[in-house]
Amino acid sequence: MEGNRVDTTTLAEVTGNIATVGYGLAAVGPGIGIGILVGKTQESVARQPEVAGQLRVNMFIGMALVEALGLIGLVAGLIF
Amino acid sequence: MLAATSEEGGLPVPTMGEFFPPALGLDGTIFEFNRITLVRLLAAVVLCLLFWLAARRATLVPGRAQSIAEIGLDFVRVNIAEEVLGKHHARPYVPLLTVMFWAILAMNITGVVPGLNIASTSVVAVPLILAVVAWLVFVGTGIKQHGVLGYLGASLFPKGVPWPLYIILAPIELISTFILRPVTLTVRLMANMLAGHMLLVTFFLMTSYLFVEASGALKAMGLVTFGAAFAFTIFEIFIAALQAYIFTLLTAVYINLSQEAH
Repeated sequence: MEGNRVDTTTLAEVTGNIATVGYGLAAVGPGIGIGILVGKTQESVARQPEVAGQLRVNMFIGMALVEALGLIGLVAGLIF
Repeated sequence: MLAATSEEGGLPVPTMGEFFPPALGLDGTIFEFNRITLVRLLAAVVLCLLFWLAARRATLVPGRAQSIAEIGLDFVRVNIAEEVLGKHHARPYVPLLTVMFWAILAMNITGVVPGLNIASTSVVAVPLILAVVAWLVFVGTGIKQHGVLGYLGASLFPKGVPWPLYIILAPIELISTFILRPVTLTVRLMANMLAGHMLLVTFFLMTSYLFVEASGALKAMGLVTFGAAFAFTIFEIFIAALQAYIFTLLTAVYINLSQEAH
């Protein structure tokens, strides 16, 4: 007598590269970070415009370090 | 060999093969060159030519071309080197920082030049070499200033920290200072240019595809993607200049941090 064997079949699947999801997650932190950074620089320049030059340099340095994390997220998907 | 685009359902999508074009000559040897290498060579030749033409008969009261070259060189000297390092300490490093800034800017800007269309810093070689040079310079500066053990002591064991914390702080500082700095310099420059290039290629490919192959109302989408491609080209020019500035600025900052006893 034949028994009915239930084969496990996939009911739903997601295809594609998970690196895109990984990059999306990696972009959240730097997005918030750069927003805070530039916002604070704006506030500070509004309070004291004569130090705008030095504040802008510090903003660029901070922005470079924060943005690097988002870009490592992009590149990590391509490497692995 | 990776294909430059992959046709998925008729829509051309650029792949990573964009950055690995077929070799044009001297295959298999280490001197193998492809389109990207030739673009780099062209950017270097044009940069040297422009500066040589401007400085050829340098006079004390500059003419127009010499003024423009002087503005360019002064930008790096005043706004990057002297701002970060101070007027006196900046002098030995101004040539290096100037070359870095202008080389990166020239190689980034080839990404938007119409015939070339590939940012020569989007492949890892040039950012890697420049980051290694920056690493050698800032480590060399620290060693020259403090001696090998003095420099390691000053970077790995910063003052003003209670001694038990050194057990976790020293490995973190070791990785962050000596490994992560050149790695992030490389990845930041390369990934910015890579992402910019892929964006531009995507928008231009979609524009040509929508204008030619799509039907009816979808052709209007071609105008939208063309507008986006235009906007992103302007954005790419800004990013090219910004990334050159950031790379040079960070190199100057790392040199400064090595010179002070942290």
